[in-house]
Amino acid sequence: MSAPPILQTHQLVKRYGELLATDHVSLEVYPNEIHALIGPNGAGKTTLVTQLSGQLKSDSGELFFEGQEVSHLTMHERVQKGLVRSYQITRLFKTMTCLDNIALALQAQRGHSFSFWKPAAHDRALSEEAHHILSDIGLEHRHLDLAQTLSHAEQRILELGLALATNPKLILLDEPMAGTGAQESERIIALIERLNTTAAILLIEHDMDTVFRLAHRLSVLVSGQLIASGTPESIRLDPAVIQAYLGDVHT
Amino acid sequence: MHTPSSDLNTPDRRFGPLTRSCWPWAVAITLGVSAPWILIALDCGFYIGLLTKMLILGLAACSLNLILGYGGLISFGHAAYLGAGAYTTAMLMGAGISNAWICLFASIAVSGVLAILIGLVSLRTRGVYFIMITLAFAQMMYYLINSIKSFGGDEGINLSQRFTLGLGEHLKKDLQFYWLVLLIVCVSLFLMSRLIHSKFGRVLQALKDDDTRVESIGIHAFQYKLVAFTLSAMLAGLAGALLVNQQKYVGPNVLYWTQSGLLMIMVILGGVGTLSSGLWGAITLLGLETILAEYTTHGVFYVGWVLLAVVLLTPQGLSSLLPQISEWMTRGLGTKARAQERAKDAS
Repeated sequence: MSAPPILQTHQLVKRYGELLATDHVSLEVYPNEIHALIGPNGAGKTTLVTQLSGQLKSDSGELFFEGQEVSHLTMHERVQKGLVRSYQITRLFKTMTCLDNIALALQAQRGHSFSFWKPAAHDRALSEEAHHILSDIGLEHRHLDLAQTLSHAEQRILELGLALATNPKLILLDEPMAGTGAQESERIIALIERLNTTAAILLIEHDMDTVFRLAHRLSVLVSGQLIASGTPESIRLDPAVIQAYLGDVHT
Repeated sequence: MHTPSSDLNTPDRRFGPLTRSCWPWAVAITLGVSAPWILIALDCGFYIGLLTKMLILGLAACSLNLILGYGGLISFGHAAYLGAGAYTTAMLMGAGISNAWICLFASIAVSGVLAILIGLVSLRTRGVYFIMITLAFAQMMYYLINSIKSFGGDEGINLSQRFTLGLGEHLKKDLQFYWLVLLIVCVSLFLMSRLIHSKFGRVLQALKDDDTRVESIGIHAFQYKLVAFTLSAMLAGLAGALLVNQQKYVGPNVLYWTQSGLLMIMVILGGVGTLSSGLWGAITLLGLETILAEYTTHGVFYVGWVLLAVVLLTPQGLSSLLPQISEWMTRGLGTKARAQERAKDAS
């Protein structure tokens, strides 16, 4: 890895009372890679992602994005810099159409939305690009349907579409395939690979087949601590990982 | 059913019925213009005052609906801005400034500034806390006004006449004042409908669904909430300025929490999240009160039952009945046309 990391944390900490949810985590994600974050349930993966996105304030430690310290930035400011997250539990704008969901995310990338008079639908460039993204993710035929009427898998896909529309440099994907069937998972995997052509991805995923298929590098989180980071091969052979994580699964 | 190209050619299709067709506007304006003449013809001209009050409180309720129905901000202190507008105009007129445009502008400005101050604090909270903190601010305003003698204390302020439009005449006749109010309400509703369909409106509706998610696509949610909150309060202030002229009186009760509650009931009655819901709610509530007052002193009791019936039977509120009725009508006309065709075929 010769290029400098796009995201780098240094001794990141999150405490909930006595519990160290994130225990001095130092993580590096490089441009263009799919970096999987794995670990048993309750290891603090989602907490870490929530901290990285800026939704949750870290108690101590540093966070660099593209070499810049971004710890003090709020979530929307980090998104403007290209650090975007998606949610494990689908969080869409449920009472809005798919097209409006995407258009809103696009709108956010084009300066402010303090436009009170002109109908939003008359912005042709905006709706054309929204249509473009919808056909990209395979939801064009649903563009006038409310997000809440989509199937679970379609909602997961629209969730990724929202991330795509924010023009990210790094996407934090929190279990994008949660609760989807095998066939739909393939659609989402293809979409993740498509996202990876323009952005780095930090992927939380439980399914090991998917992880080893997609990830260029892996990090293992156990009880808030990062116990290993490296290529899939080195992680597979790492004794600490086998003992703390994979070992648990297979015994 | 919808192809992408048809949507691009007619971008309005995915929006509400108000932009899809103009007929509700036409019906509402026709009703508004003809109502006073009907009352005069029925020898009930004194009800024009009530009609005016319906429109004014309807405007206030619509302004609340803008943040409550579209933005999901459940403000339980909207009377504060209605009251701020009313007192601003009353004080100005008491000081001898009776030009309507100055009074209206000042009321809008004072309510707006007040909303920025209250919003800066209260919009940092959510849910029940937001409801309570907006209520607390409104109640603070109530006790403040109540205890300051120069604001008339608990007796309020009486006005000897209405403001002027700068054309010399005071708006002595109720009918003249009614036209002014009708015009202002129509313009305000039109502005609100533009706002809802604008890019700002899109952000506002998204905030209602999930404000954290709005942040996570890169939008500074707080700024948008504050602007919406302020715009809504400015419209309420405008309604307040009109209200004090309609009644030629303002008292601290206009700021009391029950007034905030009434505005909320109007919105719920009319249908949360429909542009004109506040107006229908105000007309229904004030109309019911007036009618029931003729027969009983326990009117509020029966109003409660009507409220219950509306909430249970029309989950979308009264304004959802209008499109429903129009659908029945078109369906009825359709069967008539089919019957005629069949008759033609038979001959």
